[in-house]
Order: sequence, then C-alpha cells, then structure tokens
Amino acid sequence: MEYILSFVLLMIGLYCVATKKNIVKIVIGLNIMEYAINLFLILIGYRRGGIAPIRTPDMSLAYFLRYSVDPLPQALVVTSIVIGFGVLALSVSMAIRIYERYGTFDINEIKRLKG
Amino acid sequence: MSEKEGLSVIVKVVTRWIVGFVLLFGLYIVIFGHLTPGGGFPGGVIIAGTFVLLTLAFGKDTPLRKLNSTLASELDSTGAIIFLGIALLGLYFGSFFAENFLTKLPSSYFKLFSAGVIPWANLAIGLKVGASIFMVFIILSVTRVVGLPNGEKKMTRKPTGRRK
Amino acid sequence: MEFNVLLVFMIIGALIAAETRDLLSAVISVGAVGFIVSLAFLFLKAPDIAITQVVVEVLTLVVLVRATLRNDITTVKGMRGKIGLSFSLAVIVLITLAAYPFFRELPHFGVPLLSQGKSISGFFLKEGLRRTGAANVTTSILLDFRMYDTIGEATILFASLLGALAILRRPSHKKRGARDKEERIK
Repeated sequence: MEYILSFVLLMIGLYCVATKKNIVKIVIGLNIMEYAINLFLILIGYRRGGIAPIRTPDMSLAYFLRYSVDPLPQALVVTSIVIGFGVLALSVSMAIRIYERYGTFDINEIKRLKG
Repeated sequence: MSEKEGLSVIVKVVTRWIVGFVLLFGLYIVIFGHLTPGGGFPGGVIIAGTFVLLTLAFGKDTPLRKLNSTLASELDSTGAIIFLGIALLGLYFGSFFAENFLTKLPSSYFKLFSAGVIPWANLAIGLKVGASIFMVFIILSVTRVVGLPNGEKKMTRKPTGRRK
Repeated sequence: MEFNVLLVFMIIGALIAAETRDLLSAVISVGAVGFIVSLAFLFLKAPDIAITQVVVEVLTLVVLVRATLRNDITTVKGMRGKIGLSFSLAVIVLITLAAYPFFRELPHFGVPLLSQGKSISGFFLKEGLRRTGAANVTTSILLDFRMYDTIGEATILFASLLGALAILRRPSHKKRGARDKEERIK
C-alpha cells in the first residue's frame, strides 16, 4: 500500500511535467518526482519496529543487527537529495535566462517566438 | 549598514541574535557526523543557510562583505582538494584508493577523535557543500530581470565583491 | 498506518501544487510536500536524511520563491492542447500498467531484504563499527565503504555550480559591443 501511494506521487509529478506549459510548474513537477523516488527508496529499507542505524555504547551487536533498518538506501538518498538541489538550481537559472530572453515562462510562446 | 536595504528592523535584530547559533549548530552537525545523525552534507547546507539568512535579512552586501565570491570559490576548491587528498593518501599509506588508513583502536569508539579519516572527510565535504551552495544562491540572487520601457526584458547583475 | 496518512497528505499537496493557477501557492504547496517528506523520513527511522531534507527544503523554497516572485507573471493560463494532454495521460497509464508486475516482486513493507539475509547491508551493519570506527553506519558507508559515490556527488555539485555560472553570466564584451552598435544604428 505504501509503495502504491508513493508511485501515485511519482505519477502526479510526471503528469505535472508532461502537461503543464509553465516552466516553473515543470520544475515543481521534477521536484515532486524526486521526493517520490527518495521516499520509495527509504520505504524499501524500513523494518517494522526498527531503530535508526546508529550504534550507542550500551547496545549489543546482536540487538543492533536484529532491529536496525537498512542503512544502504539512506546513504544513497543523502547524496541524491543534494544532487537534487544542484539540479533545481541549474533548472531555475535556465528558467531565469529563458525569461530574460523571451519575456515569458510559457513554453508554447517560446516555440512560437523562435519561429 | 544602510537601513533601507533588507527587511524590517525586528527581523534584523532577531537575525543578528540567531545567526551565530545557527552557524554553531551547523559546525556541530559537521564535526559530530560520525557519532550522531548528520554529517558533511546537512552541516554544509546549514552553514550555507546562515549566509542565506543574512542575505534575506540585510540585503546582498552584508554576507558578501564577510565572504566574497572569490573567497567562496577558493573555499569550494579547497574542500574538494582536501577530500581528494584524503582519498589519495589512502592509496599511498594503505592499499587501495579511498582507504581508511588511520588506526582504529576499539578504545576510541564513540569518542570524537575516532573513525580514522571520516571526521576530516566530513569537514572537507561540509566546506565544499557550504561554499558551493552559497555560491549558487548568490549567483541566483544577484541576477535580476528588469523590464525596459520599450517592453523588452534585460538581465542585470549586481557586483559580487569579486577581487580584481 | 501513519505513513499512509502522511502519504495521502503528500498526494493532496502535490495535486494542489500541480493544479493551482497561482505560481506562489504552487511553490508553497511543494514546500509543504517536502516538509511532510522529511517528517516521513523521521518516522521511517532515517534521521540523517530527515535533517538533510529539512535544510535542503528551506533552501529550495527560497530559490523557487526568488525565481517566481521577481517576475510580473504570477499566474498560469491553461494547459497544453487536447492531443498533447491525452497523449501524456496515455503514457502515464502505460507506465502504470508496466509497473504493476514489478510491485508484486517487491519485499513486503516492513520486511526488507536485509532481514531475509539477502542484502549486503548486513555486512555493513556488522562490520561498520569494527572496520571504520564510526558509530553512525550511514556515515561509515558514505565516507568509507562507498567513498567513490561521494566523490562523484561532489563533482556533480561542482558541475551544477559551473553550469549556473555559465548560464547566468553577463553577456561577453564582444556581444555587448555589438548590441550597442546595433542600438546606435537604430
């Protein structure tokens, strides 16, 4: 059920990217897709009743192995979030440049102005 | 500092109180990244966030006086070089690239100076991420599209305090 | 169960962000979705990612607001044409149909591959403290076992910074001179 709901979120982002005309809306759709994928990766690694993958001195190894959630998706998603911010900054700067060149955010108008 | 630029005086006073604590929290997140939740990425973003807060509250000139864009790009490169240097030192002292070559005694577990090269790599990553994100934000915020009277748009940039 | 509630809230926020006419409300809705994602990470026992998501979300919101607020266009008119819309919806339906068999292959929620002993994560959990000395297993994976990934990530961040600089830089002197000449001729 959780997987399906995060897939629905991904599809909403895809719908926003595919059908909207405004560049800012397209950037927002990309952002929503990124959230959905990060959340899906973390959902895969969750263990019911688990604990965070951080050792404390008074925790035995057997208890830690038994209850800790999967640390590998977490390590990958940390880099993914920062890369997502880089992509967002690049796309926003492209949007500003397009606005300066054409005076609009509408991609149909941009196509028409190009001739 | 001119009174016209930035937001109202309440925001300025609260920002002046709070910005040191936010910077300290970012440093804590970076330094204790191998013992508690956190690490170089969120800590670096928090450190960049203090400068973003200064930019929003006081206008563009105040953070650029403390950290101009040339210095920020130099810090960025410094962080990257330290990180790569740590990885190459693993090749030199150890056996493979990016090896954790410092000794890891069991008596040092859960202490600040443990985990070999991880705290130093965390510091380098924090420096790099903080400087990069500050640069991105400054580039995005000094650019401004103004409408000319004849209906055209023109993009202008304010100076970013770059050294000549 | 609480994840389902959070996910439903996120879907509502995403729908509002996709459908509203006002660009500022769309940006603020996507910010709300991001903060709910961070809360869900906290429920899913991933505090590292929750911290990262919160701080990156704040910066994302600031950047997006600066992108939208400075312009005189703040509302959206209409969508793409009928044909394009129906084509996009057909593609989305096709992707959903193609993804359906994949969902039956996934491990059940709450029972990851790790607990079946089929994943390498068990090795990381067992050897993380002994081999690296870091109590936080996520950091030990990030900066010791898989340091190549982190180097690549730093490279990508640097490349995006360079790209933003190149896109938003001032027009070069040659170009500016040409434009001035053009205006003088006019």
